[in-house]
Amino acid sequence: MTETRRVAVVAGNRIPFARQDKTYRHASNSDMLTAALNGLVDRTGLGGQELGEVVAGAVLKHSRDWNMVREVVLGSKLAPTTPAYDIQQACGTGLEAAILVANKVALGQIDAGIAGGVDTASDAPIAVNDRLRTILLDLNRAKSFQDRLKVLARVRPKYVVPEIPRNSEPRTRKSMGDHAALTALEWGITRKAQDELAFRSHLNLAASYDRGFQQDLITPYLGLEKDQNLRPDTTPEKLARLKTVYGKGETATMTAGNSTPLTDGASAVLLATDEWAEQHGLRPLAYLTHSQTAAVDYVKGAEGLLMAPAYAVPRMLQRAGLALQDFDYYEIHEAFASQVLSTLKAWEDPIFCKERLGLDAPLGEIDRDKLNVNGGSLAAGHPFAATGGRIVAALAKQLDENGGGRGLISICAAGGQGVVAILEK
Amino acid sequence: MTDRYQTFTRTPLGQTLVKNLGLPDPTPLPRWTEGGPVIDGPVVFGAIAETDAGKAIQALLRDIGASFSTATEGIASSEIRPKALVFDATGATSTAELTSLQRFFSPVIRQLSPAGRVIVVGRTPELAQSPGQQIAQRALEGFTRSLGKEVKRGATVNLVYVAPDAHEQLDSTLRFFLSPKSAYVDGQVARIGTGPLVGNDPDRPLAGKVALVTGAARGIGAAIADTLARDGATVIGVDVPQNADALRKVISRIGGSELLLDVTAVDAAQRIAAHAQEQYGGLDIVVHNAGITRDKRLANMRTDAWDAVLDVNLRAPERITHHLLESQTLRDGGSIIGVASIAGIAGNDGQTNYATSKAGVIGLVQALAPKLAERQIRINAVAPGFIETEMTAKVPFTIREVGRRINSLQQGGLPIDVAETIAWFADPASAGVTGNVVRVCGQSMLGA
Repeated sequence: MTETRRVAVVAGNRIPFARQDKTYRHASNSDMLTAALNGLVDRTGLGGQELGEVVAGAVLKHSRDWNMVREVVLGSKLAPTTPAYDIQQACGTGLEAAILVANKVALGQIDAGIAGGVDTASDAPIAVNDRLRTILLDLNRAKSFQDRLKVLARVRPKYVVPEIPRNSEPRTRKSMGDHAALTALEWGITRKAQDELAFRSHLNLAASYDRGFQQDLITPYLGLEKDQNLRPDTTPEKLARLKTVYGKGETATMTAGNSTPLTDGASAVLLATDEWAEQHGLRPLAYLTHSQTAAVDYVKGAEGLLMAPAYAVPRMLQRAGLALQDFDYYEIHEAFASQVLSTLKAWEDPIFCKERLGLDAPLGEIDRDKLNVNGGSLAAGHPFAATGGRIVAALAKQLDENGGGRGLISICAAGGQGVVAILEK
Repeated sequence: MTDRYQTFTRTPLGQTLVKNLGLPDPTPLPRWTEGGPVIDGPVVFGAIAETDAGKAIQALLRDIGASFSTATEGIASSEIRPKALVFDATGATSTAELTSLQRFFSPVIRQLSPAGRVIVVGRTPELAQSPGQQIAQRALEGFTRSLGKEVKRGATVNLVYVAPDAHEQLDSTLRFFLSPKSAYVDGQVARIGTGPLVGNDPDRPLAGKVALVTGAARGIGAAIADTLARDGATVIGVDVPQNADALRKVISRIGGSELLLDVTAVDAAQRIAAHAQEQYGGLDIVVHNAGITRDKRLANMRTDAWDAVLDVNLRAPERITHHLLESQTLRDGGSIIGVASIAGIAGNDGQTNYATSKAGVIGLVQALAPKLAERQIRINAVAPGFIETEMTAKVPFTIREVGRRINSLQQGGLPIDVAETIAWFADPASAGVTGNVVRVCGQSMLGA
């Protein structure tokens, strides 16, 4: 095996994220991913070109979209000879796609590829009830008219109730928010701290639009130019007035304001070698240098559902020979404000770091002014698989604008998983 | 959870039916209320011989202002209804002296008032000086356990074995068994050894002490937290985040602090120790109350049900105890209290996992009691029987009715009964009480 090659993040693009059942309510995953992909192709002048691979995914996907990404490529401005495949790792999908593309680039298997993700909470797949599905399949297998009648006689009115996908863990039947609420209690995360973080997310995202930072990261779609969830005029006082939605009674702290809303949107990121970028008249923004995944056993309550990044990051830091403080930017996906704050608190906690991470000393504090400097998911929204691409592109651009530096990406995902990475320039 | 049958027996119709059909007739048990006397009626004291224990008992009776007599003549035929009969049998050095049990009790036992108390004080048989003494002392247990089944109307009979030279340690234990605090403790044996004399205020025996209670949000745990706080302790209530709101209610009622964690977490012991050290500089009382059931016959037992029960009920107390001792978080003179169960003593159909864990808790007490003596740390366990809680309210009706009635008091206990027993163990004045497993079961027939 030859030496691995440096992988550059060359460009990124997304469509503005829309709130569930609003502007994108009739847009399909394929529509949105195509829009994000074409925007990226237009901006980089890659129309008609064949790329090494396009890797993307969606968390909520219709069964007919079994080959979604390849179909999107065929309908896009890229050459139809560009291979593609679908992946799914819950909210980690987008970042995992970037890692997969980067790995092939690093190994010399491809020179350039696009990673992306899309999700719609509006055009969600609704399936027939499992019992009705069994009956329909049996009906299909029935040979005679009599057999068909027998099968049909098994249908009961309640079987007609469809199955709607739910944002809950199959093994605990608790929603992600309810899980996060337990972790927030365990770490003593206050309502005030959560509202403060949510407020800063909106403030930072609004500021990034104001200074034109998002200009070449976004392609308007269906008349939407900015993220629909963004509330530039929100205040900690306004956030403090919201009712709690997860947890119960006096100890509940999580609201619709400090939890991410269901959102529709798509993103895509172009990764390549320096050489390929140069040949195509493009410039590396930053390099994807390290990545790591981790998972926790949340089912028996041994660890919080969304705490896997707290394990993944120290493992990655150890391999990279870095300290938590050796970063200029931290992009911690704001699934819930409490998730970010629990993770940060865990890293500061000597007992957690010793007993659960097996470290001699805690990872320590981070400079909060370096956290999610251009806004996070609380403000932008979080179309599950599209978040990774949003973060990678924005962080790469921020590092480039800064004239170099190092950034940490941390994304928690359903199923007790975490995907993390480092971008450097 | 109300005992509807018991309520019915208090009605005129109920009384008629109970009397004529020979149905169980559970007497409502009075519980101790703050500021109440240790005992609110006359006490009759008897003894085999004049002993140090006997002197200590009489000194205590004077101390608590009980009117007591040492002569039994005349009581049988009088209107006097003793609230308690206390008999000092430490002087029995041979089986010949067992005669005095019958001579003392037979004439007066019928006069014992409802919810009365019978306490026999003996010498710890294993520490007897002669085989004759040991045999006689051991015999007392058969006497108290049988008398417990004979006395009706909510009365209890208990035996206290006191080690030689430990008579000065009798106070807190006698106060407990005389008072309504021991309402549901019946047919039990408590063993008292030697220890330092602690002169604390019996009204607030835990003043200045810091107590950890796991599973403090609800049921028995909440009652334990309330009771320890009532007795003056600062309580650290521990429960899983799922019970945060219930725990907050308990803690806002009694002060202290809350700690949300799963006792089975790898770092639970360290978190508890750090919290106690940071907030209060250490701990004095540890109550391992958190417990779960996952009932299934062994043939159908799933691995996760087996593991979960052992992890919460046994391994967590074991690990937390170990760390609190090793890190010196639990101060010398402290008290550790486990919550076992009569299932851990008698076994129970469908509870192999639960009974294993609860018998293990008894093992924990027995293994550590001698080792902790040099730091004057005591370790004991309560073994609750049928206690009226949310958990037992879910038990099917028939099984629940049987569980309630098959004990000498013919009713279920209350969480407070378990809590009071724990408070007695926690009391620094109970310095001689270690290695005990006391059942709070109304003298249940299970595993008796």
